[in-house]
Amino acid sequence: MPLTRFRLNGAETTIDADPDRSLLDILRGQLGITGPHFGCGTNECGACNVIIGDHAVAACDTPLWSVQDKNITTIEGLGGTHPLQRALIAEQALQCGYCVSGVLMSAAALLMRNPNPTGEDVRAALDRNLCRCGSHNRMVRAVLRAAAEMRAQ
Amino acid sequence: MTRPAPSSAPKLPGSLAANPVLSSWVRFSADGEVMISPGKVEIGQGIVTALAQIAADELDVDIGRVQMVRPSTAASPNEGVTSGSLSVQQSGRAIRHACAEIRQIFLDAASNRLGVGVDALDVKDGTISGPGNVSTSYWELAGEVSLDRDATPGAKPKPPTQRTLAGGSIRRVDIPDKVFGHPRFIHDFTLPAMLHGRVLRPELSAAKLVDLSEDRARAVAGLVAIVRDGNFVGVVSETEDGAENALRALRKDAAWSSGETLPDEDRLAEWLKVQPSELMVIDAKTASGKPAKVRTIQRQYTRPYLAHASIAPSCAIAQWAGQRVHVWTHSQGIYFLRADLALVLTLPVEDIIVEHMEGAGCYGHNAADDVSLDAVLLAKAAGGRPVRVQWSRQDEMTHAPFGAAMAIEIEAGLDAQGEIVEWRHRIWSNGHTARPGRAAQPALLAATELANPFPRYIATNPPQANGGGADRNSIPLYDFPSWQIECHRLLTMPIRTSALRTLGGQGNVFAIESFIDELASTHGEDPVAFRLRHLSDARAQDVIRSVARRASWKPEKQTGRGHGLGFARYKNTGAYCAVVAEVEGVEDVSVKRLTIAVDVGEAINPDGVINQIEGGAIQATSWVLKERVRFDRQRITSNSWASYPILRFSEVPEVQVELIPRPDSEPFGAGEAAHGPVTSAIANAVFDALGVRARDLPITRESLIAAMERVS
Repeated sequence: MPLTRFRLNGAETTIDADPDRSLLDILRGQLGITGPHFGCGTNECGACNVIIGDHAVAACDTPLWSVQDKNITTIEGLGGTHPLQRALIAEQALQCGYCVSGVLMSAAALLMRNPNPTGEDVRAALDRNLCRCGSHNRMVRAVLRAAAEMRAQ
Repeated sequence: MTRPAPSSAPKLPGSLAANPVLSSWVRFSADGEVMISPGKVEIGQGIVTALAQIAADELDVDIGRVQMVRPSTAASPNEGVTSGSLSVQQSGRAIRHACAEIRQIFLDAASNRLGVGVDALDVKDGTISGPGNVSTSYWELAGEVSLDRDATPGAKPKPPTQRTLAGGSIRRVDIPDKVFGHPRFIHDFTLPAMLHGRVLRPELSAAKLVDLSEDRARAVAGLVAIVRDGNFVGVVSETEDGAENALRALRKDAAWSSGETLPDEDRLAEWLKVQPSELMVIDAKTASGKPAKVRTIQRQYTRPYLAHASIAPSCAIAQWAGQRVHVWTHSQGIYFLRADLALVLTLPVEDIIVEHMEGAGCYGHNAADDVSLDAVLLAKAAGGRPVRVQWSRQDEMTHAPFGAAMAIEIEAGLDAQGEIVEWRHRIWSNGHTARPGRAAQPALLAATELANPFPRYIATNPPQANGGGADRNSIPLYDFPSWQIECHRLLTMPIRTSALRTLGGQGNVFAIESFIDELASTHGEDPVAFRLRHLSDARAQDVIRSVARRASWKPEKQTGRGHGLGFARYKNTGAYCAVVAEVEGVEDVSVKRLTIAVDVGEAINPDGVINQIEGGAIQATSWVLKERVRFDRQRITSNSWASYPILRFSEVPEVQVELIPRPDSEPFGAGEAAHGPVTSAIANAVFDALGVRARDLPITRESLIAAMERVS
């Protein structure tokens, strides 16, 4: 098998696996990174979103070969200190929380590109993330709260 | 001396009556913690936090000392199923009472040890102290105080004014793990030497496996076993990827019979009405005196099949040790699941342990129980190793039970003044529950697929005393002089149905509240005033007045915008909820704002209640605007998020919730209170905006065009 190299949450990582396998499969299987969740396997729900570069992408629909030399961040890479995480707790912005790791990645990628988003910007950035519990408005408030906190720093 | 008859003895509250042993609910660990062990499970509704609040309050301990134990049939009280918005009533009241009694037992023990009267003792964060600086604690005394005794009805919980945590918006205890990405879901759980399983299910409804070649699947790397028992076929592999690949190979090499014929999805009401069914008169009320009816108005309302559509596909783990099996599941009813597993496996229940782990929100009976049996069957071939089984998105959308489609006819008899003097409400629907553990036969999917199969379990309805099923919320809360409520439960079930949030409540409230709105309009009366005039329940009036005030009823009319009202008391015995919806209907209908007033009695965690109401309101908006299980005559075709779309962030309305404080009232659950009122408020707002009565859900551009065509 050809080796695939990338940086995962800041750590140099080398994977010996079929390069056509999905990134999600490698993360959850070989690497034991369970933050990105399986939801559909077809890039329709956002539960497995990770950040590659400065964009959130569905890991289930990302072949391993395509992440060669890329920077990948999962929810684990945010540690426990990201303002978004504090804001989600402050707003109690979830119910079951299965979609949250993907939502966090979409939101974190948005804030990398746009530190001063409007509510509409946030909704647009999260539009490919599905939430079934109906916590959307709280999540939007949390993202705006985190953005304000990050700008104040 | 005569003993009092058992029926007149005071009863223990909530689930304590069936599980009276105090130590089954509460234990003190040696290191200063309190273990609270409910039988209700966390499904994202925040119940473990509310129960921790209640326990900490009654025991006078810091909530940080409270450890909530995950329910397991090995140790937890049997609290049936976590459903119907009953957990605070059943589990909360039990824990409150048990903790109040335990506090008193420890005060008595402390009094003996310290030589101080009970009345002079005080409890602060578990430390019991008295005059002269003497003190002990729950943990010091735990060794000498046995809680292996039954609760007694005499214990007195604190009055609401002395509670410091219950009634406060405490942050949920499960949320930090979820935002830090710490493994908490069953999906993220691994056991040593764990294998992965997948089950092959037919695309055609109830098709039978005719031919299967295993050769290509056997050649897939990592394969451990192919399990076949009749139409049940699955693979077990060393890796998840290997299981997926083996399943793919097996699917290519399987031949299935043609399936069972499904109804015409565009003629559901007609189909529902001609199926063999069982008729029940749910309620009847006869007016005194002569009926003064001069005319009758009749309307029909329909609701489609709805999917639970959890974001996570269902998942379970099972491990055999000899003839005993251990199951990890996100089922809502671990004891009920155990009972069904025992039936399928012909094992005594004592040989099965069912342990709960959190899954994604389920919103009723999804495939959580089905996948548990799948895992148990596949794990038989795993030589004692644990097997984790996860369904595909496609199977989750097509093989899990659905919320039942409904046709509802209401007929109102009006007198010469246009007042309602008669009311007839008729329902045609499959039963709204086919949960496991209730019958002499199992309700689990794989049980019907075995070589020696169990019959398909036809969904039933819980009795009205338990809130009813298809008939839930069908008895009007309005003071009509007479009524007749009838429910036809289908005896055929080509499309599998079971409990979805509110059971029939959403459909019935949609029908009643739409019709009331229409009758008010026909009568030339404001819908708020019309409802208030027909409601004698003061709490019902309060939520309607509150929501009308908050929404500045009735806002000025703007072109293309409309406002509508909906109201219900969930199950007629639970939370009161009134909603004003604001919709915009230019091309597609969108919901802009939902203003909600709710009365849940005592709110243990007000923010948790608001979160549940908001979530329920947004989910109901999704049901109303988007959702409908699609099928052709042979198969369910809505098998993905693309073919079963749900509401997205950009489509979600603003939601405002006003919670009416009732700290002295019995607590009611909040999880299902909003769905019916939101549904009808949106439909009524659509009429206000467009002048069309939407009587068939979902309300889409197509369904509105059809409704307009019917009118013209």
